[in-house]
Amino acid sequence: MRNSKNLFATTGGVVVVGLAIGLLASLLQHLGNPANMGICVACFERDIAGAIGLHRAAIVQYIRPEIIGLVLGSLVAAMLSGDFKARGGSAPIQRFLLGMLAIIGALVFLGCPWRALLRLAGGDWNAIVGLFGLAAGIFIGTLFLRNGYSLGSSNRQPSFSGYVFPLLMVGLLILMLIFPQVPGEDKSGILFYSLKGPGSMHAPLLASLGIGLVIGFIAQRSRFCTMGALRDLFLFRQTHLLLGVIALVVAAFAANLALGQFNPGFTGQPVAHDDALWNFSGMLMAGLAFALAGGCPGRQLFMSGEGDSDAAIFALGMIAGAAVSHNFGLASSGAGAGPNGPIAVGIGMVILLIIGFANRKKA
Amino acid sequence: MKKIDAKGLSCPQPMLMAKKAMEAGTDDKIEIQVDCAASVENIGRAAKQIGWNLTVLSQDGDEAVVELNKR
Repeated sequence: MRNSKNLFATTGGVVVVGLAIGLLASLLQHLGNPANMGICVACFERDIAGAIGLHRAAIVQYIRPEIIGLVLGSLVAAMLSGDFKARGGSAPIQRFLLGMLAIIGALVFLGCPWRALLRLAGGDWNAIVGLFGLAAGIFIGTLFLRNGYSLGSSNRQPSFSGYVFPLLMVGLLILMLIFPQVPGEDKSGILFYSLKGPGSMHAPLLASLGIGLVIGFIAQRSRFCTMGALRDLFLFRQTHLLLGVIALVVAAFAANLALGQFNPGFTGQPVAHDDALWNFSGMLMAGLAFALAGGCPGRQLFMSGEGDSDAAIFALGMIAGAAVSHNFGLASSGAGAGPNGPIAVGIGMVILLIIGFANRKKA
Repeated sequence: MKKIDAKGLSCPQPMLMAKKAMEAGTDDKIEIQVDCAASVENIGRAAKQIGWNLTVLSQDGDEAVVELNKR
């Protein structure tokens, strides 16, 4: 930690970062990413799980360079600013479980909070229902926080520990370069690729990676977090991060209008369903999991880049959870909730409440 | 003066501990040990909001000691 003034962490700074993320996400859609999915941490980690064969849902298999960029961009920012610090050991197995439950909930809605905002900016009004669910889940999380919930302190670890997750990302990138997509083939070497569906839609590798790096860099400096935005509003009546989140929606909306990507309505929205109950409940579950884990999926990636292996374990939990989600029929599709999605949300909520109650510390 | 050790904790815990201490009304001066830059920024914002000032007393690598004073 250095004592220099961090301009990105001012409210003006976080608004600029929100505007940049919204604009760049919309641009990624223009460059080939699926509609209203310029960046979706949950969807993209799910695609990575598919690309390495952890699940075999043929339409969602692609190593998303954006995820690699987000982590490595944050790593560079953290190293330049002195924020890089290898740390970990704060309830790892519970964080893994929180990651799994978070993505299972997010895939019932079909998107992480970032995508909920991008869906809203693209005119998908189902996102409003999801965002209410997200807010409700985070609100429940703040009740636990007010009552002493904490996953406990982390400890310093050898520097290498902090580099493990970024190195895994480098490894994924190397695999992508060794086994690039072959047109018309669903497999290249050891990697799986999608021939149709969202997994087949992607911006060029360098654009995805470059934009991921830029966003990772500025988001690390600004501590941009969609969960934190609502949590701080509920806990502290603070609108600092929330203004950044609103800026993201405004910029993505404006860019979508300019690029002809704004299509308002509830039905027929891309990679979305219009079942309000499960849009709400999925995000309720995800929101509670993010609040209990201390960050939205994006923020967890940025913290992983700062050397926080607890956040890295949450991210790995998300990748494992995505595999379970597709293997067990928990994820939704355009037709609505998956066959076992509703029961998973029920069980998941019970587990989250147990985690919330079990980790209350006396003052 | 109240002293709080928030080392190893990530936000919102350090922020909640600071806010609780400021609002308790028993101390006009609170010293907090933290080891995360984001926490210093967050505590500073929370303090400003309710009329307190934050001063960084010392900084050694990742660890910082900050003092909160009621205005």
